Amino acid sequence: MEALVALVIGTLAAVGIYLMLRLRTFPVILGLTFLSYAVNLFIFVSGRLAVNAAPIIGSGEPYADPLPQALVLTAIVISFGMTAVIMIMAVGGHLTAGHDRIDLDKGGDQ
Amino acid sequence: MSLALIAALPFLGAMLPGLMIRRGRNACAIAAGSVTALALLLLAGHAPTVLSGGIVQTRIDWLPALGLNATFFLDGLGLLFAGLILGIGLLIILYARFYLAKSDPMGLFFTYLLLFQGAMLGIVLSDNILLLLIFWELTSLSSFLLIGYWKHLPEGRQGARMALAVTGAGGLAMIAGMLILGNIAGSCDLTVILTQKAAIQASPHYLPALILILIGAFTKSAQFPFHFWLPHAMAAPTPVSAYLHSATMVKAGIFLMARLWPVLAGTPEWFWIVATTGLVTMVLAAAIALFKDDLKALLAFSTVSHLGLVTMLLGFGTKPAATVAVFHILNHATFKAALFMTAGIVDHAAHTRDLRRLGGLRRLMPVTFTIAALAGLSMAGIPPLNGFLSKELMLEEAAHTLWLTPWAMGLLATVGALLSVAYSFRLLAHGFLGPLRDDLPHRPHDPGPGLWLAPGFLALLVVVIGLFPMASAAWLVDAAAGAVTGEAAHVHISHWHGLQAPALWMSLAAIGGGLALLGLYPRLRGIWDALPRPEAKRLFDGLVESLAQLARTSIEGLHNGSFGRALSLAVLAIAGAALWAFLGGSHVAGDRARLPADPVTLGLGLILIGAALSVPILHRNRVVALILTGVAGLLIAPLFVLFSAPDLALTQVAVEVVTILLMLVALHFLPKDTPAESAMPRRLRDAGIAAIAGIGIGALAWMMMTRAPAFDPISTYHLAQSKPGAGGTNAVNTIIVDFRGYDTFGEIIVLGIAALVIYALSETLLKSAAVTRRLAAHPRARESGDRHPMMLVVSTRLLLPMAMLVGVYIYLRGHNMPGGGFVAGLVFAIAYLMQYMASGYDWTHARQRFDHHVLIGWGVLIAALAGVGAWAFGLPFLTSGYDYVHLWPLEEFELATAAIFDLGVFLCVLGAVLLALASLSRLALRTGEAPNTRAYDTEGAP
Repeated sequence: MEALVALVIGTLAAVGIYLMLRLRTFPVILGLTFLSYAVNLFIFVSGRLAVNAAPIIGSGEPYADPLPQALVLTAIVISFGMTAVIMIMAVGGHLTAGHDRIDLDKGGDQ
Repeated sequence: MSLALIAALPFLGAMLPGLMIRRGRNACAIAAGSVTALALLLLAGHAPTVLSGGIVQTRIDWLPALGLNATFFLDGLGLLFAGLILGIGLLIILYARFYLAKSDPMGLFFTYLLLFQGAMLGIVLSDNILLLLIFWELTSLSSFLLIGYWKHLPEGRQGARMALAVTGAGGLAMIAGMLILGNIAGSCDLTVILTQKAAIQASPHYLPALILILIGAFTKSAQFPFHFWLPHAMAAPTPVSAYLHSATMVKAGIFLMARLWPVLAGTPEWFWIVATTGLVTMVLAAAIALFKDDLKALLAFSTVSHLGLVTMLLGFGTKPAATVAVFHILNHATFKAALFMTAGIVDHAAHTRDLRRLGGLRRLMPVTFTIAALAGLSMAGIPPLNGFLSKELMLEEAAHTLWLTPWAMGLLATVGALLSVAYSFRLLAHGFLGPLRDDLPHRPHDPGPGLWLAPGFLALLVVVIGLFPMASAAWLVDAAAGAVTGEAAHVHISHWHGLQAPALWMSLAAIGGGLALLGLYPRLRGIWDALPRPEAKRLFDGLVESLAQLARTSIEGLHNGSFGRALSLAVLAIAGAALWAFLGGSHVAGDRARLPADPVTLGLGLILIGAALSVPILHRNRVVALILTGVAGLLIAPLFVLFSAPDLALTQVAVEVVTILLMLVALHFLPKDTPAESAMPRRLRDAGIAAIAGIGIGALAWMMMTRAPAFDPISTYHLAQSKPGAGGTNAVNTIIVDFRGYDTFGEIIVLGIAALVIYALSETLLKSAAVTRRLAAHPRARESGDRHPMMLVVSTRLLLPMAMLVGVYIYLRGHNMPGGGFVAGLVFAIAYLMQYMASGYDWTHARQRFDHHVLIGWGVLIAALAGVGAWAFGLPFLTSGYDYVHLWPLEEFELATAAIFDLGVFLCVLGAVLLALASLSRLALRTGEAPNTRAYDTEGAP
């Protein structure tokens, strides 16, 4: 199972990085979303994998490590906020500049 | 406390002149002067203790673990310097009040001056070397502001920049040196370091520490070869030059050498470096000074020369020489500040400071001439003025010092003194004596007392110290020299040492030779002008330019405006570092028991991987890419369920829905397709980089999961305390709202800020005419026949109360079962977003009775109140409490303050999500879409 999860994390990260290396805003933001998935999963599994061990007291020991879960829970919500901010920047950039390329034009006055 | 107050007073008072300038220039100067005078009075209160051999200490612990404490101490040396800084500072404030023109912003000037004064006081009063270094850097910064005060002058700006670059770079070296010194001594307190002479001089790190500290001191005190910045700093207003270059800034390096003299001096290294540098500086700068025509430039190089003299004396490493050095510091401050101020008066009155154009001023400006003559003769070392006394003592020390040959030091010191006589006489002869010139730009006359009182007072000191050295100065020199040498000093200063004293004959030779040089001046000037000389400013500018070019080239190699390039380099660098670390260590396979794979999970994982991998292939169609992203995101939720994280699964599902909705709305304003721009090689290269990153992260995750944690997880505590401590059985929720409540409080604020940023950005976009034009020309979506299909509208309305019920339920159970404020907020938000989608923005917005901003505000406020509530019980912020309540006819239930905090989280999340989506939707109003006023369209598309 560990191998599968590692494979999932690696794939999500690779897809994220590849999309972030594209030249337009939308794929870059999708890439960032994939990278967030990978990082959130990575932090989550730092509590190690456990089945039938939800950290609800009284549901029977052992319990999964609740700390990474709490960290990731807020991270998921925060990454939504971050995606939303970048998205409005992308929309604004497209509406003001007339294109959605991310690189600066070389030799331009920027 | 009082010592810290003395150092803090100028900083606190620095605000006053800026405020008082509205009441006029006098009020402004009086404010600055009062602050300085108060500090001087406080200092004087400590003088009796210090003069009787005691030291005054103040200690305020700040970061004791790092050795960084606000500790101050005052001994004789500190008293001498603090007295000079504040005393001359007071005179400078008086002088500057009448010197600055009406057009100069005086409030700003005095603010800068007080900041600088505070930084200088900090240096001389600090007991902690880290604190001293902070003040040291502050003098570099505040002197930059002062030197560049006339920002309209290019020389002012360039001079300020050069001073900052040279002294700042020296300051960096000094930080390293001081840290080594502190490390050897095992303490950051100067009072401790000063007792560690044996340990420091025996340490193998003594030489590096010495050299680094001396670089700092030499740059600050303009010693050869770092002397070139000081003349360029003369572009500053004259009060600044008089203050910085007589008593303060350039004396900081001298102060430091004197301060560390007990532990650093006395070794051959110290002698050769310090004495030689001082000697070379003294002779060379004196020679340059003789051939300068600008009064201030001449004084600047003479300052460099005299600083060299003091440095040389400290370099001798003997106690009598150090005592003479201290005496000369005092004398130099008096006559040089007076001379700078008279140079400013001449400049003011005659509109020029060029010695070639001046002459005969003694008749027109008798008062100024008297002051300049007294100070100038003192600088030349003419008896009985104070400059003579210390020069005589210096020559005596030099005559007894063995440097290369028995006579070399004495000879060169005499040459230095001789040149000093020559330029001092030249200043007086070419400036004030001789026939009156009738081609002056402006017919000069003596200024009002406002300008001559300050230099006049200093000239009086020159005479008084000169005539009665034992009564007027010896006690201060004794105290300061005692602090430098570490044993009680009893200096005997007299004018006559007898015919057998070598200093007498050296002095006579210097005066005679100086007069002869002045007589030969025109011929010497011709030779001097013909000599090739390196131009320091050109060399410096060339060095700075080449460094800037190097920085530019290397930065543009990394950041050339291409995001992909920067990201690729970052990924490869991280991967390379990780690989290097991995190969450097030993590696054994992990031994943690693995979970067996079951077919369902395997299937889920493979679909997830498949969905993710198809995005890079199909990403040109953005809607497809978005849907596939949503598939991948939603499939993560079952993984969370499987691996015992129900809370995460709930959050992931809810956030995924909201994110995809947001991106759909955004896609409305963006092109629907991504053009194929990159060629196959580039795509393969990117895929390679992405693969390296993916393999790296995957491998890291694998290695982490197959091993037990290296340290016991701290969450054992959270699990154990979840029920008894926080009153909830859901350990994840108790961590969020209780154990780590402060983190969560910060996070909801960040989320709220993000939503407000989105709102502000969309507002700005809507205000821009270009954006409005583009939006109006936006191709309108005509893909769907019904804008608001009836089935969808009806079903979302039915769903709304049910979704809210679920939300409330999730919120209430959160403390004990999976759920909580975050998820509840998201569920509520989705229920509302469904209304927006189904019935349109206008229809929904018109029925909404609350503002999204208000929700965010209330959320943060309620969470804060839940935290502050703990104060009422004398507990720290965000301490939670709970109790069980029995209320008929209900069963017993629990009431926890954490639930109030969670309510804040809930409101903030709801408001932030709605505000973010609504802000994006508002852009659609400008695309020419007719606002919908009806719940659903019965006639089909508009």
